[in-house]
Amino acid sequence: MNQTKKRWQLKHSMVLLRLFIGWHFLYEGVIKLYNPDWTSFGYLATAQGPFESFFLFMAKEPFIGWADTLNWMALMFVGITLILGFYEKIGALVGVLLLALYYFSHPAFPWLQQLNVEGSYWFINKNLIELAACLVLYQYPTGQFFGIKYLLNKKEQPKTETV
Amino acid sequence: MKWTRRDALKGLGGIPILGAVWWAGASNAVSKNKERSAILEQLNIQPSLPSAVKTIDGAAVKVGIIGFGIRGEQLCRALGFATKEWLEDMRLAAEEDPNHSRLKDFLNQDKLNVQLTAVCDIYDVRAKRVIDSFSDETTKVVRFRNYKEMIRSGKVDAVIIATPDHWHAPMAIDALNNGIHAYVEKPMTHTIEETYLLRDAARKSKAVLMVGHQHRQTLSFQTAQDIVEKGVLGHVSLVQTNTNRNDDNGAWNYYLEEEATPQTIDWDQFLGTAPKIPFNKNHFFRWRKWWAYGSGLSGDLLTHDYDRLNCVLEMGIPNSITASGGIYTHRDGRNVPDVLQVNMEFPNFSTGSSQKAGKEKGMTFVYSATLGNGFSRPTILMGHDGTMELGNRLTIWPDGRSTKYADMLEAERMNPGIPMYQYNPGASVPDAVSSATSQYFADKGLMWTYINGARVDSTFLHLREWLSNTRNGGKVSCGIDEGFDEAITAHMTGLSYKLGRRIDWDPELQQIVPIEGINFDEVLLGSLQQET
Repeated sequence: MNQTKKRWQLKHSMVLLRLFIGWHFLYEGVIKLYNPDWTSFGYLATAQGPFESFFLFMAKEPFIGWADTLNWMALMFVGITLILGFYEKIGALVGVLLLALYYFSHPAFPWLQQLNVEGSYWFINKNLIELAACLVLYQYPTGQFFGIKYLLNKKEQPKTETV
Repeated sequence: MKWTRRDALKGLGGIPILGAVWWAGASNAVSKNKERSAILEQLNIQPSLPSAVKTIDGAAVKVGIIGFGIRGEQLCRALGFATKEWLEDMRLAAEEDPNHSRLKDFLNQDKLNVQLTAVCDIYDVRAKRVIDSFSDETTKVVRFRNYKEMIRSGKVDAVIIATPDHWHAPMAIDALNNGIHAYVEKPMTHTIEETYLLRDAARKSKAVLMVGHQHRQTLSFQTAQDIVEKGVLGHVSLVQTNTNRNDDNGAWNYYLEEEATPQTIDWDQFLGTAPKIPFNKNHFFRWRKWWAYGSGLSGDLLTHDYDRLNCVLEMGIPNSITASGGIYTHRDGRNVPDVLQVNMEFPNFSTGSSQKAGKEKGMTFVYSATLGNGFSRPTILMGHDGTMELGNRLTIWPDGRSTKYADMLEAERMNPGIPMYQYNPGASVPDAVSSATSQYFADKGLMWTYINGARVDSTFLHLREWLSNTRNGGKVSCGIDEGFDEAITAHMTGLSYKLGRRIDWDPELQQIVPIEGINFDEVLLGSLQQET
């Protein structure tokens, strides 16, 4: 009984985590989509750390246009899949990839100058924490409890067999 | 199969969340865009594009370099000629630090249709450096020991003058009188008399004179001009410019080369009109520290800031100048000041007004310099309606008590603490009401002068414009009129500092108002009581 209750609580917390992260990604994506002048140039051009040259390369023409478009598309893809609970595992992986790029373009290494951050970080920052959370979402999908997956499951299975 | 309300909630509950977040994001972004557009529309600033320069067609322009010191070497690189030693140094520097891009920038620089045919340097080592590095199978660089020979040799169409200040005007005048185009470093002249003589020579000559204020090529200054013309700042009553340096190189204590001896240097020619003194290495390499050959802060560095603003505001020569300062940071035998404060008055100048007619008129231009502190103070234009920080980037803040923006400030669509406009030639678009983030990126000085995505040296642009005009005609951006303003202003500053009194300019008579019993040029060249 206790075990079931714990699982029930975990399930709900996981749904909440999924929705929050999806919400965050979607909002960032929409803001960029609706701002025709938005560009990741400044963010990429100030990159630091071991992959600096890669990000500086991305900040140049013609790659910068691709970087901008792919960025908002990926943000929105993660947001939509996580909120709707549909292809959420792929969404979570894309989220991990995006956050890894964000982290490594401005890593929270103590020997680098921390640009434009609102807190104090030592190796671990919020991007990295959100990345870990996306990994958890990948391992523990919850679309079958809250999301389109729930409807699909219901269609496939006779009612009597549902838990 | 039946779907209950519970099923719909569990299965499709994400859709309203999705819709809400989407709506919030979209409406937020759109309303911010609208605010931005409203501000940009009201400001109506046109970011300038690089001006088109006609190509140098036909045979290559034959250029001679007079003076291959620190600046002469930089000018040659901007022309496309780097010494073997420099190329090797930069290659090693790039090997050590992959971000060191000076070699790459040099190699990426557009090739100009020029030939470096001649060098005139009174120091054998430097002349040899030019010949060894820039001669090739077809052209051997010819050395001349005197500029007059070079100008009359038929080997050059144009000369670049990068000598100590006291040689600028004699050489430029001789070149122009002989139909040879001249690019002369700043300050354009060393005395007041020379300034008029050079102006006459330039007006009479068909050859093109360019004064070496390369920052006139900086895109942001052309945009700044548009900003001021459109009255974005309102009436500008104060301009603040600064020099802050705190190192030996910045204080003109350049390296004294071992090879420099009376045998390798034509000392008499170096001295020219300067007082005859025995050979002195210190004076040869560090000539900027003595009034006899240079003009210290007023000629070397104030001229940059003055011309930068004259390019944006076109305010001309000030009605009066008061200057003070001293030798406070480098008491090493120099006689030019190392700390200098200059106030220039423009009582009749106006950038326009948003208030009732007649209330605002006049401006003070402040130049403040020290060679004993490197804290970076920005150049600031202070208007009744806004403040502009002028650099490679432009940032404009509305003033909290602005008349022009009163409605927008009241409606909180503008905020005195937040820039209302930013221009950055490196970014793709101007940015109105910037976020803290973009403000940060702008402040970091990320932005180089970009043209079509490439980092460009403004000296290259300045030389290219001059050379193009020698072939294609047209007006150069820093010709004799701009040079005249710059030189007179520098000389008035030097006089005010040395005499300890206000120096006035008579715009009607086009002359510095005489002071009885004082010969201005003697004062300018003399070391006076300031020497330690």
